[in-house]
Amino acid sequence: MGEVFQQLTNGLALGAIYALIALGYTMVYGVLRFINFAHGDVFMLGAFAGYFLAPLVNRFLPAQSYLSGFVVLLLAMVICAALGMLIEFLAYRPLRNRPKLTVLITAIGVSLFIEYSCQHRLVFRAAPRSFPDLLPITTWHLGGFVVSTNQVIVFVTTILLLVALTFIVQKTKVGTAMRAVSFNQQAAALMGVNINNIISFTFGLGSALAAAGGILFAMNYSSIEPLMGVQTGLKAFVAAVLGGIGNLPGAALGGILLGIVETIAGGIPAISPYRDGIAFAILILILLFRPAGLLGKMKTEKV
Amino acid sequence: MTKRIYALLLPLVLALAGCNKGVDANVIKIGEFASLTGKEATFGISSHEGTLMAIEEINAAGGLLGKKLELLTEDTQSKAGEPATVVNKLVSRDGVIAVLGEVASSRSLEAAPICQQNKIPMISPSSTNPKVTETGDYIFRVCFIDPFQGTVMANFATKTLKAKKVAVFTDVKSDYSKGLAKFFKEQFVKNGGQIVSELDFNGGDKDFKAQITSIKGANPDGVFVPGYYTDVALIAIQAKQLGLNVPLFGGDGWESEKLVEIGKDAVEGHYFSTHYHPDVGSSVSKKFVENYRKRWNGKTPDALAACGYDSAIVLADGIKRAGATDGPKLRDALAATKDFDAVTGRITINAQRDATKSAVILQVKGGKYAFLETISP
Repeated sequence: MGEVFQQLTNGLALGAIYALIALGYTMVYGVLRFINFAHGDVFMLGAFAGYFLAPLVNRFLPAQSYLSGFVVLLLAMVICAALGMLIEFLAYRPLRNRPKLTVLITAIGVSLFIEYSCQHRLVFRAAPRSFPDLLPITTWHLGGFVVSTNQVIVFVTTILLLVALTFIVQKTKVGTAMRAVSFNQQAAALMGVNINNIISFTFGLGSALAAAGGILFAMNYSSIEPLMGVQTGLKAFVAAVLGGIGNLPGAALGGILLGIVETIAGGIPAISPYRDGIAFAILILILLFRPAGLLGKMKTEKV
Repeated sequence: MTKRIYALLLPLVLALAGCNKGVDANVIKIGEFASLTGKEATFGISSHEGTLMAIEEINAAGGLLGKKLELLTEDTQSKAGEPATVVNKLVSRDGVIAVLGEVASSRSLEAAPICQQNKIPMISPSSTNPKVTETGDYIFRVCFIDPFQGTVMANFATKTLKAKKVAVFTDVKSDYSKGLAKFFKEQFVKNGGQIVSELDFNGGDKDFKAQITSIKGANPDGVFVPGYYTDVALIAIQAKQLGLNVPLFGGDGWESEKLVEIGKDAVEGHYFSTHYHPDVGSSVSKKFVENYRKRWNGKTPDALAACGYDSAIVLADGIKRAGATDGPKLRDALAATKDFDAVTGRITINAQRDATKSAVILQVKGGKYAFLETISP
């Protein structure tokens, strides 16, 4: 019984990170109807931003404190938001009116470009690095059940960011504009919405969430490398599709679900090698019965 | 019109010139493929540094057969698929006379058939899976093989750790890991031990908590983790986080400074078997450590660097004895290698073209690898 609880906790912490990244995929899809495959690499850049920022921030603030951890997280989110906007501006904006396939392939190109540039010996090099402890870590042992502050923080941060994101999208002017652009770009433009700014903003927001995901991931799994975004990004993409791509709560739900399923599959001896396969098999099953994903409607207002 | 034809012909001519094998008669070209980037980069880099240093030393001493050696190195990026591409290039375009590499068994297995087909001798510095040399009679290695390493670790678990119940945690993506796990299990069960849990992971995963939770539930005395350092470091960290406080032990895939750098205090006290330790060894080994530190800015060579060095000097010895560089003659000379004094011990190539030599067991202590014992074949 304790083991089941343990696996659920492990799965929730992993799923919360998938959820954060999935939100970025879903938002961009909502607005532009294309999958930004470079999103997983922004997640990786977020983790690296945290890696390089931590020593700088610790010059001014005490190391391993909640304050400095928060500052590192915030700065990394800002940096990645800027990077996300830059990627959109340089790679996707010139192709805005081309067929969607062109942009999709460009996205794959951008992703490979980031991965291999970062592996270059003048950039990050390929070898994994040890991520510093940003926060004081306490581990609680309750019988056989173990939970650490990191796991709790991952979960809490994800919920807070999700609430903030819902607020931005539903209650603010820019959020309204985002929804308008997702609904009908031309009509929104006619109503005086600056499409370029809104798309930039969407990329920035998604990338900031990916950066947060990157730092939480690195805190929890303590090693970072330039290819860390490949597998995680793919899983987050699956999570977004699982929940119904274009749907924000769907992405969060998909992420959590995927994290839990993967963890439970991984803990059963005979099927542990198929852990990724099982996650994808479930995706196929769900899409067979609900082609628009768990929370997606076939025609829905998408952001 | 004529101009245009010339313009079209030019790349063709250049391509043909590129195909011209061995234009320079004064060098012996040796190919090397290594994981210089990617997941097992520190392995590839160590191994490459050893190999390159050996080639430089041979050239400084006047080369072989009156010619200088030229090492052509290709990066496999620690990825499946790359070895076939780069080794094909080395063999068919660069015209190398022998190929050195790789560290990882999965990638050596990919390149071996190409070398075998082209009758180009290949020497793997540290691929320990038995299947590597089973590919054919042109494939050699200068390290021990997994049945030996697996047996050594099983006996270590039984005798030194006094473990009765052991869990095995295997990387299903790696032939090395699967082979080692298999031979470990066979010997451990023969020793009267019990395998209480068998779980798998995919090399490159970051989250191992699911499997570790399950392993912890089985209550083992120790966990055998035949993986590579990046994964092992994370497994050790997460095992500690989840309160699995039993010794972890594995094979030569653990040995990298990255293991301690990433794993920090979580890898303390754990054990692994490997090819050599810089503090114990012959005069050849001591000289190697000294020169390596000089050549590579004070870096202490790990076992992979030593094996990389050995692969090159065994090849050089073969070329010297063959007095030629053509495939069949060189192959025969390599197969006849006997009691050759190398850095990792005295190498004899057996009938299966594997090196028979001893293994050492090390323990992580204070962020360093402390020598525990030497085990002879």
